[in-house]
Amino acid sequence: MFRIVEKTLLAENIYKLQIEAPRVANSALPGQFVIVRVDEQGERVPLTIADFDKEAGTVTIVIQTIGASTKKLCALNEGDSIADFAGPLGNPSEFVEMSAEDVKSRRYLFVAGGVGTAPVYPQVKWLYEHGAEVDVIIGAKTSSMLIYTDEMSKVAKNLYVATDDGSYGFKGMVTAKIKDLIENEGKHYDECVAIGPMIMMKFVTLTTREYSLPTTVSLNALMVDGTGMCGACRVSVGGKIYFTCVDGPEFDGHQVDFDEAMRRQSMYRQQESVANEKHNHKCNCF
Amino acid sequence: MANKIPRVSVREQDAQMRATNFEEVCYGYNSEEAQLEASRCLNCKNPRCVAACPVNINIPAFISHVMSGDFKAASDVISEDSSLPSICGRVCPQETQCEGSCILGIKGEPVAIGKLERFVGDWSLENDAKSVAKAAANGHKIAVIGSGPAGLACASDLAKMGYEVTVFEALHKLGGVLVYGIPEFRLPKEKIVAREIETLRKLGVKFETDVVVGRTITIDSLMDDEGFDAVFIGSGAGLPRFMGIEGENLNGVVSANEFLTRANLMRAYDAEYDTPIYVGKRVVVVGGGNVAMDAVRTAKRLGADATIVYRRSEAELPARREEVHHAKEEGIEFRMLTNPTAVLGDDKGWVTGLNCVEMELGEPDDSGRRSPVEKAGSDFVVECDVVIMALGTSPNPLLKRTTAGLETNRRGCIVADEWGATSREGVFAGGDAVTGAATVILAMGAGRKAAKAIDNYVKNK
Repeated sequence: MFRIVEKTLLAENIYKLQIEAPRVANSALPGQFVIVRVDEQGERVPLTIADFDKEAGTVTIVIQTIGASTKKLCALNEGDSIADFAGPLGNPSEFVEMSAEDVKSRRYLFVAGGVGTAPVYPQVKWLYEHGAEVDVIIGAKTSSMLIYTDEMSKVAKNLYVATDDGSYGFKGMVTAKIKDLIENEGKHYDECVAIGPMIMMKFVTLTTREYSLPTTVSLNALMVDGTGMCGACRVSVGGKIYFTCVDGPEFDGHQVDFDEAMRRQSMYRQQESVANEKHNHKCNCF
Repeated sequence: MANKIPRVSVREQDAQMRATNFEEVCYGYNSEEAQLEASRCLNCKNPRCVAACPVNINIPAFISHVMSGDFKAASDVISEDSSLPSICGRVCPQETQCEGSCILGIKGEPVAIGKLERFVGDWSLENDAKSVAKAAANGHKIAVIGSGPAGLACASDLAKMGYEVTVFEALHKLGGVLVYGIPEFRLPKEKIVAREIETLRKLGVKFETDVVVGRTITIDSLMDDEGFDAVFIGSGAGLPRFMGIEGENLNGVVSANEFLTRANLMRAYDAEYDTPIYVGKRVVVVGGGNVAMDAVRTAKRLGADATIVYRRSEAELPARREEVHHAKEEGIEFRMLTNPTAVLGDDKGWVTGLNCVEMELGEPDDSGRRSPVEKAGSDFVVECDVVIMALGTSPNPLLKRTTAGLETNRRGCIVADEWGATSREGVFAGGDAVTGAATVILAMGAGRKAAKAIDNYVKNK
């Protein structure tokens, strides 16, 4: 069992949970994920790591309540325990393996969308701690849905916020902000890292392709075991099939078949909505 | 003198009934039936069955104890060579091993060795009669990676020798393929697998779930930081293979591993569980092994019309004979000499059918089986909404990538000698991680051999 040390509501339906998991905390690196199972009946849900503290032995995850399992998870409180917390899984971000000079000399642009802002944070933090200067764009529908802006501003060289309705920062999509930075502010980047909803990552890669800006994306494919056994997470990258759990989760965004990836993500949507109904159903029998 | 009666048939759940539930198919022998069947054994001087058993159980000896009604003595005989008789009695391919070499099988039917082993195993679980005797603690720690058949067998033997054994399991439940792969109707999880594992706990074996060795911890950290004297890798088969044909990423194409894991480990068939599973109306399973049979029979139980598509003929089906027989009884359709060439889908990307060609058998290949050759112009479509690929696996690269100096072969399997020693000192391996996908009993045999080798290694260090 893994204890919830701290629970924070970040925005509507978005929670931050700090979990006591010393072995995971000790091995975690930016870019990796965990598999969480709430209880005996729960699904195995892959979630990207939002932070980790080796000394305290804790790992932070950020969850948006979408399906039955994420709702159950967010219904728990501090002091409660979850059944399973396995990880860190997947490969760490590429820059973790690079030389200190290379890391320092490269100019990174991170593009974070919605709940995907959380896993961007440990990457930017790692780069900041290793002397790199990083620009970050955080995108959200509206200002109340923004998360991690304070934390990010401490580790990013420049933080730009874009909201669809203009309620905070730049008005428009993150893709418009990328264009704005490159074309109007004369920014130059060596690499872009985009993490967020599949549709956002698709359009970010379409935009960065215009500038021949290499772009890494982190795919949140469906998974069952997350250790390379089930093959549910297979994606087409450059015409070849890869398993997100053992070959990813980060891939060259310009090579990813996003349309297929989005379609595959919807594989169990109908069953999931039934499960969701089941949990939402309030008994009026008495 | 042996009793010249026909083989005692075993009671089974009615085929029509069982095709709609997940209860065990075979009920097994009761004690009268077991004693009667045991009386058929000739008690050969040179028992060919013992040589044909991958762990060389003294079969005539345990059978003669069954005949005389001394089930505890029978259990003790089996325990000398196998720690998981209730499991092996259910899933071993007896027709190619012990029973396949039984003298009685030449003219008639062999002794039902598998069913007798199962009876003894179940009897000892029910009567808590399993021997948990062990040597005094020797102060050495051994780590076992994976709680499948190889790991359990290795852990069990080492614990009996007095080692302090910890088994690390990546998933949330113990048992490896015994829980995620083999379905409930063939191997009950709580009644059998969990209880066999409980016996290991009684021997003092410790278990840690949710630990992915190579990620959560490494083999080096186990040996350098956690003080383990040796490590046994029993991490299993690995990544599911696909055919590489068009349309394989359509919605509705899944690996047998995914389908079975959802159903078995994640209990998708049980309404209490949140796991989704998609079966549609018509399921086609590609492949002819035990995993293919498990997948197709699971699909049937979940309400689909279910078909096996296999590129060779029925004689070459690698599955256990009993599974093929049971599948047919349950109404599974078998399309032999049929090879898929493309998965067809609708404009939304969901499967609508499988394009196939007819095959005919040509010359024997390296495995001695006649290799199938495509009949020109024989294309046809099998309509379906789910395609399950049961084509075997390729090794998981994780341990290789995270363990310096651990050699693998051209296919990616861990290189180990006859006793399980790998290229890394103090690191042993066995089971599917070494051989590629094989059987429960071969994995168990490899785990037991490695236990002996680990004992030698630690004593001579």
